[in-house]
Amino acid sequence: MPGNLRVQAISGHSGAAPGSGAQRQERVAKLIDTTTCIGCKACEVACLEWNDLPFRETAFDNTYQTMPQTAWNYWNLIKFNEHTAADGSFHWLMRKDQCMHCADPGCLAACPADNAIVQYQNGIVDFQQEYCIGCQYCVTGCPFNIPRFNPATKKMFKCTLCTDRVSQGLEPACIKACPTGCLHFGTKEDMTALAQTRAQQLRQHTAHTNAGVYDPAGVGGTSVIYVLHDIANPEAYGGLPANPRVPWAVRLWKGPLKWLGNVAMIGGLIGVTLHYLRFGPKKVEEHGK
Amino acid sequence: MENSILRYSLVERVMHWIAAVTYCYVLLTGLAFYSPHLYWIAMVLGGAPTSRFWHPWIAVTFFGVLLWMLRTWAADMRITSVDRAWGKQMKRYIENDDEALPPIDRFNLGQKYFFWAMLFAGFVLLVSGTVLWIPEKLPWSLRDVRYIAVLLHVSSALLTIGAFIIHVYMGTAMVRGGFTSIIRGEVSPAWAKMHHRLWYQRVAGK
Ligand code: HEM
Ligand code: SF4
Ligand code: SF4
Repeated sequence: MPGNLRVQAISGHSGAAPGSGAQRQERVAKLIDTTTCIGCKACEVACLEWNDLPFRETAFDNTYQTMPQTAWNYWNLIKFNEHTAADGSFHWLMRKDQCMHCADPGCLAACPADNAIVQYQNGIVDFQQEYCIGCQYCVTGCPFNIPRFNPATKKMFKCTLCTDRVSQGLEPACIKACPTGCLHFGTKEDMTALAQTRAQQLRQHTAHTNAGVYDPAGVGGTSVIYVLHDIANPEAYGGLPANPRVPWAVRLWKGPLKWLGNVAMIGGLIGVTLHYLRFGPKKVEEHGK
Repeated sequence: MENSILRYSLVERVMHWIAAVTYCYVLLTGLAFYSPHLYWIAMVLGGAPTSRFWHPWIAVTFFGVLLWMLRTWAADMRITSVDRAWGKQMKRYIENDDEALPPIDRFNLGQKYFFWAMLFAGFVLLVSGTVLWIPEKLPWSLRDVRYIAVLLHVSSALLTIGAFIIHVYMGTAMVRGGFTSIIRGEVSPAWAKMHHRLWYQRVAGK
């Protein structure tokens, strides 16, 4: 676990997270202004470089996108989307896709392995591969389709928000590489204010009168926030969900179903014990012996 | 035992115990992933990744044995009018008031329900478990299948656990002689007459 980051929540853990509430740490956030992204992919390269990921084969699908989706060893991908607006004008929407670092992470809720997913007090959600069992429940829990499976090692990977850098007071590698300044990193509070200012500027001074900030409340807000040209249509940006939530099935499974199951199993054991105490065994009388 | 009756052949006993051992393994590793408070079970059984690897394979073996049981016992497990009459008076059986019950064949209605419940739930577990086994094969657009599979898997596992608790209790503590019969294969004529009179008459030729 990197340096001085305090743990807030641990997957598959019985009891409280050690150290939770012991110290206050500022929530951090990455701000991605899709309106100034030029699709240069410097962040993709920086991510590979810093995390020492080998370059992998790419797949061409008739767009400028490096590959159709992120991979276990490719955590950060610019999605290129051709979009025709209501007035018939053509737009190229480019969105940096990676883990959103949800405040209410579905991956962590679903994970059965103690310590395989950790949420730090600064908001970063990180996978600890040495504890991962490769069950892929996190894929079921994530509303953004982020965790990726390495079939060779049976471990899960995704963007770490550069925990190793952030814990040392540095900004994530992608932020450092961005040439247009469309990426920013700082406290969640500051990034939110900056994003709001930018969205307001777009609404007042450009044709993007519906510009807004994407920080979905359904997952408690995220530590990666976007400024979008059209806040009403996040789906156009390569399938960004309009109202992401931890799936109700995961809530049901980890909540009521678990309690119902526990009560039923313990009730069953108590039930048969009571039956024995009340009625005892069935004995066969050996007549005619 | 002198003049004892063969209730379970050696093959039937081996079949039963393969089912029992594989079920217990799958149950324990499943419970480890079901609750953080039971995660230690996976550690005891060789570590969590090992348990994750073997749970589905052993479970498939378990389902294979269920099919073997079906082939062996299909005729004995058919629910008949005699069972329905017996079932109406199940309360007497539960309260150990056995004298008043109508005579039945090789298995009673409870045992038949247990068998069919395991087979049915086993099938649901197999199908839903396969989805949990190789989720990377499912595209994102079919994620609802994953949600349904996990709910079905847990619910049907719980169903089998309830049935299993009753089964083990009855086989070991409640019905004296039952446990010996599935180990050594033999029961006394009195046992056969009391619990399965029609079967007794059939095999003893009386
Ligand atoms: C018949 C074929 C079966 C297959 C292919 C299968 C497969 C799986 C897989 C892949 C998982 C995910 C975690 C893991 O791998 O351990 C799982 C979880 C589980 N399985 Fe199975 N399984 C089967 C049968 C059973 C049976 C007979 C039980 C009986 C108790 C059972 C109980 C469970 C439980 C309790 C879980 C954990 C659910 C949770 O995480 O809440 N499974 N199974
Ligand atoms: S695959 Fe995902 S859910 Fe399963 S143990 Fe690893 S991180 Fe947790
Ligand atoms: S985007 Fe997915 S993987 Fe990332 S924190 Fe949220 S639920 Fe977890």
